Amino acid sequence: MSTISLHDTHNHDSHDDHGHHKETFLTKYVFSQDHKMIAKQFLITGIIMAVIAMGLSILFRLQLAWPEKSFPILETFLGTWAEGGRIKPDFYLALVTIHGTIMVFFVLTAGLSGTFSNLLIPLQIGARDMASPFLNMLSYWFFFGACVIMMSSFFIQTGPASAGWTIYPPLSALPTAIKGSALGMTLWLISMIMFVASSLMGGINYVSTVLNMRTKGMDLWKMPLTIWAFFLTAILGVLSFPVLVAGVVLLIFDRSFGTSFYLSDIVMGTQVLPNEGGSPILWQHLFWFLGHPEVYIVIMPALGISSEVISVNSRKPIFGYHAMIYSLIGITVLSFIVWGHHMFVTGMNPLLGGVFMITTLIIAVPSAVKTFNYLATLWRGNIRFTPAMLFAIGLVSFFISGGLTGIFLGNASLDINLHDTYFVVAHFHLVMGSAAIFGMLAGVYHWYPKMFGRMMSSKLGYLHFWLTFISAYLVFFPLHFLGLDGVPRRYYAFTEFEFMQKWLTVNVFVTWAAIIGALAQVAFLWNFFYSIFKGKKAPQNPWESNTLEWTTPVEHLHGNWPGEIPTVYRWPYDYSKPGSETDFIPQTVPFSQTMSSNMPHDFEGNTEAERIQREWEAKNPAIAEK
Amino acid sequence: MSLRKFISNKTIAALAVILTVFASTSAFAQAAGAAAETVAKPVDMGPVYKTVIFYTMAFLLVCLFVAIIGKALKVYELTREAQDQPKGINWNTVNGVLFALFLIVGLYGVYWEYTVHGNMILPEAASEHGKKIDQMFNITLIITTIVFIATHIILFVFAYIYRSTGKRKAYYYPHNNALERIWTIVPALVLTVLVLMGFLTWRSIFYKIEDPNNKPLNIEITSSQFAWAIRYPGADGIVGVKNYKLINSINALGIDFKDKNTLDDQTADEMVIPVNKPVRLILTSKDVLHSFYMPHFRIQLNTVPGMTSYFEFTPTITTEEMKVKTNDPKFAFLFLCAKICGEGHYKMQKEVRVVSQAEYEAWVKKQGTYLTDDLRKEFNLPVAAAPAAVAPADSVKKDTAAVKTNQLALKK
Repeated sequence: MSTISLHDTHNHDSHDDHGHHKETFLTKYVFSQDHKMIAKQFLITGIIMAVIAMGLSILFRLQLAWPEKSFPILETFLGTWAEGGRIKPDFYLALVTIHGTIMVFFVLTAGLSGTFSNLLIPLQIGARDMASPFLNMLSYWFFFGACVIMMSSFFIQTGPASAGWTIYPPLSALPTAIKGSALGMTLWLISMIMFVASSLMGGINYVSTVLNMRTKGMDLWKMPLTIWAFFLTAILGVLSFPVLVAGVVLLIFDRSFGTSFYLSDIVMGTQVLPNEGGSPILWQHLFWFLGHPEVYIVIMPALGISSEVISVNSRKPIFGYHAMIYSLIGITVLSFIVWGHHMFVTGMNPLLGGVFMITTLIIAVPSAVKTFNYLATLWRGNIRFTPAMLFAIGLVSFFISGGLTGIFLGNASLDINLHDTYFVVAHFHLVMGSAAIFGMLAGVYHWYPKMFGRMMSSKLGYLHFWLTFISAYLVFFPLHFLGLDGVPRRYYAFTEFEFMQKWLTVNVFVTWAAIIGALAQVAFLWNFFYSIFKGKKAPQNPWESNTLEWTTPVEHLHGNWPGEIPTVYRWPYDYSKPGSETDFIPQTVPFSQTMSSNMPHDFEGNTEAERIQREWEAKNPAIAEK
Repeated sequence: MSLRKFISNKTIAALAVILTVFASTSAFAQAAGAAAETVAKPVDMGPVYKTVIFYTMAFLLVCLFVAIIGKALKVYELTREAQDQPKGINWNTVNGVLFALFLIVGLYGVYWEYTVHGNMILPEAASEHGKKIDQMFNITLIITTIVFIATHIILFVFAYIYRSTGKRKAYYYPHNNALERIWTIVPALVLTVLVLMGFLTWRSIFYKIEDPNNKPLNIEITSSQFAWAIRYPGADGIVGVKNYKLINSINALGIDFKDKNTLDDQTADEMVIPVNKPVRLILTSKDVLHSFYMPHFRIQLNTVPGMTSYFEFTPTITTEEMKVKTNDPKFAFLFLCAKICGEGHYKMQKEVRVVSQAEYEAWVKKQGTYLTDDLRKEFNLPVAAAPAAVAPADSVKKDTAAVKTNQLALKK
């Protein structure tokens, strides 16, 4: 397999060299099959979707902070959904639903995995392109279609889907239950099927590329942690996303063809529905069978990126490379058997609650190992605070803060009182929202030179980081306490309950913090788009990094390397190796060129190499002793 | 490169961009203003647009300010460079110091949150199992807070101490199996303890052995879009059968009155329960998913159409006692909906009163039955002679209560 595809791309490459292959605007920028261009398409689409979803969140934060106040400007834009300048309850629910859907699926799944798996897998393992460039192109266009369909639901009369991003039936199945479950929900479901198709095509591609197309010398244990993370994420996606499609198809049947998979014993008003024998709990099992792996699909690439960024910018090898990989594998496997912790209080058999509590808390162990390994990597490092490094450190902080509250929620007994409260909102916005978006931003700042051949302004990056980091904590930290006071999430206003009145001022504070955080993103957007055209030209290896992508020329070319693909001799984390003159040794440097810094374990039991090294050391005792 | 030329080029470019932005904003505002004049009659949008423009301008001013500072920094650095002096600002130091500052301010912030917002949370649990949950919560909180503070101190202190100074080389330290074993095993042990405690608490909540001398009071809760219905079992202590197919405009819950147990079932506007007596909640839903959430008692369970779920608990603190404990004369227990259920989700609530046994018995006598004359006709039940047939034989006192309530119903 691998030889065939390699052969193919070689042929392609030679076409380029001879100038026969003429690229038009359409094949270069639109229907591109080049993984680097597809990565950029994913990234820019992801950024646009993120800005939209952030805008939606500001809208509902306005409502929460000032429930009695009228904002006539909203009516100008939203029409009847904000009559009299006040967002309506059903539109509020649509806002939270679409915000969640876009952020989880379109930004943190496609925007993150799609961008960096596409960009980095071929570049870091030494391949000319993906295993199937055509499938890769289709993957982007299905994603793009999914985005368009999702957004189109804002332009229909009944409005977008509004049953929450988890779209629990019967609410999502019955248009009489809520307006958003009419055409809006149909569009949501179609969009989601396209999205899953896209992510499957992507995932299959990533897995087969990593398995088949690594360059000479790049065995699995020499791959950067980014690749390990993308690889395991892709496996997770390939195995769990189809289950969501199954669930979605059954829901479509229930909605449009009168089946009763999820519906039973329902009376709307006084109208008795004919459905019998279904169970709403079935949907929850199917949804969370994807839904929980999904949060790891979101966080694992971010963890992979931060491993790389922290190692490069601490000028130190990542601490416990093997432990990092085993914990990723552990998370991957365990994430399939923890979905029930979303369902402790659904009325599911309490025995299951006990079982899922055990598996859920076990998954905290590999997560803890990862955190401690990050801290150990920083220890005695030589830390350069590039914007990417700042965001990676921010990720570690969020991962700790949000991860620890997971111990509360994973405990079935404590979950009884915390389920569906603001405590949950605070928890997942820190651990998978903020942490994953920080991983993504770290990736953007770090690999921007590779993507666009130019540098972003680091000072604007600092401003962006500090404003975002501080405002994210100001937004999400207080929300824990709302949850501990028993305030449920997805409440349109806190005005109906006496005990919630005291949180109104906190809501105002949180909304202002969110607005500042949102405006801080302007610094990023400006930096990003301005630097594409006007940024400083990037050197080939701006961060003095070891991985293969920095051995490619700055100017992109189809096939990545102008000549032969470089061979890999060592692991990617030889930073500040004692005995070496530079503080980094790229993967392409053979051990024969670094005799002064070689260590016994470098040779992995190769006796011949060990003998040569011993002979050299005998000849050069002075250098060897250092 | 000529420094002056460089700066002037960039400045002009920046100015041009800002000008275009200003121009387009105002043009947009004018167009919108014109549109508003022609269409909108009821609201004068003028001031609204002015406010919007004001905030946009304010933001652009901030951007301009940032841009000027950025330019100034750049000029400063370029002059240093041109004079062959070392770099003006060491950004590694700046960011390292900022992390240290963030740690100090952040720790104070966490302390403030714990003490101020931490004091605004739910009062102590008002149920037996709730006390166990609170205990577990506190243990978990202590453990996680220690880890939270310790790891953050390590993270930000390392960031500060080990910032690059350009003079040092990092310490090559790829792994240490002993260390890695420690921080795998220690969290695993701590989590095992937490899991075991949680598991036992969970079992004690959901697996209850019924005490024949202290039978729980059955109360049925039915959720429907944006309302709760409460059904008390009446004198026989049994909540009778219902069937969703029987739901119509006079039989809102679809109670099947062919079942004798239903005849004395009572309605209630609030949930009143006797203190220190077990209560068994029977949770059902009429339309979509809802979640029965009674935060003060640490109770939550979804109500699912087509499936009945149960939650048993024992309240330990009366409303009056809680008023004293919270020092809030208006304090009231309540239950509410915690699962998104539609546009009225944020309004679904009912009051709960925990009272003494005597107060409860006095209150329950006053509650009406579900069975009305219309329903009697529908189910072919005798309209007047019912009471005798309904009353259970075992208790004379309860018997008369049933008669009274039925008579009340008749009068209506």
